[in-house]
Amino acid sequence: MTDQLTAGPAVSAGPAPASAPPSASTPSRAARDGRRARDGRKWLEIALFAGPALIVFITFVILPVVLAGVYSFYNWNGLGPLERFVGIDNYVRAFTDPLFLGAIGNNVTIVIASVLIQGPIAIAIALLLNRKLPGRSFIRALIFVPYVLAEVIAGLSWKLLLSPRGGVNALLEAIGLGELTQPWLANPDIALWVMFGILSWKYLGFAILLMLAGLQGVPEELHEAAAIDGANWWQIQTRITLPLLAPTIRIWIFLSMIGSLQLFDMVWVTTKGGPVGATNTMAVYLIQYGQGQYGYGSAIAVILFVISLVVALLYQRFAMRRDLAGAVTSGVR
Amino acid sequence: MTTTLPTTHTEAARSGTARGAAPARRRRPVDWSAPGVYLVALLVVTASVAPVAYVWIGGFRTTPDINADPAGWPNPWSFESYLTVLTSTRFWGSVFSSSLVGLGTTLGVVILGVMAAFVIARYSFRGRGVIYALFAAGLMFPLTVAALPLSVLLRDLGLQGSFLGLIIPQVAFALPTTIIILVPFLRAIPAELEEAAVIDGATRIGFFWRILLPLSSPGLVTVGVLAFIGSWNAYLLPLLVLAAGGMPQELWTLPLGVQQFSTQYSADTGAVLAYTSLSMLPALAFFLAAEKRIVGGLTGAVKG
Repeated sequence: MTDQLTAGPAVSAGPAPASAPPSASTPSRAARDGRRARDGRKWLEIALFAGPALIVFITFVILPVVLAGVYSFYNWNGLGPLERFVGIDNYVRAFTDPLFLGAIGNNVTIVIASVLIQGPIAIAIALLLNRKLPGRSFIRALIFVPYVLAEVIAGLSWKLLLSPRGGVNALLEAIGLGELTQPWLANPDIALWVMFGILSWKYLGFAILLMLAGLQGVPEELHEAAAIDGANWWQIQTRITLPLLAPTIRIWIFLSMIGSLQLFDMVWVTTKGGPVGATNTMAVYLIQYGQGQYGYGSAIAVILFVISLVVALLYQRFAMRRDLAGAVTSGVR
Repeated sequence: MTTTLPTTHTEAARSGTARGAAPARRRRPVDWSAPGVYLVALLVVTASVAPVAYVWIGGFRTTPDINADPAGWPNPWSFESYLTVLTSTRFWGSVFSSSLVGLGTTLGVVILGVMAAFVIARYSFRGRGVIYALFAAGLMFPLTVAALPLSVLLRDLGLQGSFLGLIIPQVAFALPTTIIILVPFLRAIPAELEEAAVIDGATRIGFFWRILLPLSSPGLVTVGVLAFIGSWNAYLLPLLVLAAGGMPQELWTLPLGVQQFSTQYSADTGAVLAYTSLSMLPALAFFLAAEKRIVGGLTGAVKG
């Protein structure tokens, strides 16, 4: 019987309107009367159900991030007591190391290039493919293949293809463009753009799929109505489809930016940041210099975190407030 | 690396079927007169698949053959590299490790995630908003930031170099996505069902087990698939926990194992190509089997 009584509040705690965040539910009348008797059991249930997830999450996600903040003010090799407090020395060292500044620059370049180059290509391809094509789902599955592969495996494949005696150079020679052959990833002048090319190969399919999914939310009736009113294909796309696709585009930009800022696996397996730092990223620098120098590495981690957070919050504040209603969201891992 | 954004409940609930439902809505007749579209599709598909095909086909060539002409066709087809890899213990050891870690992560995150999401979605209590916000904020905490302190923590807990030391943090980092997808799912289940269950004498926990879990299985599958793929493809954490923690190489997960193999046997290009392509196979097979779920999850994610 107590069990049934306990279940009382649930009825009123049922689904809230779609737009209401979880915190916005109203206190229920049923919950208020005779509360004391049931509260013990209710809180026990809450603790048993949410407790394990909270403990694991706080211990292995929140705590390490907080610890990174603490370590960043120490000179610590990871062993022994944490006692050599050095203030902001680690941060000063980071911001005066040209290699790290170069890494930030590379991250920024990839963020901007992703948004300005991958975005329009993905949108254009999605608009073209957004029609009833025979074999459409097959095409879609194949486009998605690179995204499914582990970044490490994709990276290793490209490393083989782009090596001086690899498939790309051999292909160029075979079609008579021998003078274009390159040590692609070993040429510091172009390595970052080659890296960007690999990343585009890996993530363009994801972008196209995301845009196609967004396009499914654009009502066909609008196209028909516009066509009846005499609009041509181009007008329909730019005046109707693109504006309606904007929320999807904004979310893709967000994911792409955060993913680019945290880029690690692909660079680590292909170039380890080389040649001479040409493809270095903040995360690669962090792992390269952080193992053994936990204080300095943690300072790099904090800088990476703050940059990502500021970008995310500014972007949400100014570009996505209508889409997400302020929820904090993240990138691709 | 898939990420998902908060969704409204109807859309999340629909996400599993959104892909299938949309074409039925379209009334436009089949457009056969679009060779240009097919040309673009062909180009994109070729660009997507050709590098993968190169690796696959290259695995059928001998190393001297590849060195003589890196872009040639297998002549004759040689199965030696593939056989070498398929009969090696390290390949199967890696497959075993990746499967074990992937399943452990998936089970852990689905169980912990659905329990926490249940409380957040269907209990009203003070602090609920805080718990939800905490998990949502977790999406902003990338693994890279936590990586170094996490490896110290695992060392102190004696978990460094063990599978458990990999599974538990992966579960922790997958929880935010999981909970944010599941909460709207669980809220979307009508209150009437819960009232009916209560009238029939079910406890709240009984309602959770007998009604909520079965009804939310599409959502559970989606988050499970996302967690499994994330774990299967993970590199940084295995690098810090297994490789730096002293796990024997034969039991490294696939991304670590394939990276190690390609460094160790870099002279034997044929074997590296074969190892790489065989490492792709499980992910591709899994993707084809779960394509609807993955795409469905994305669709749900975007429409939010």
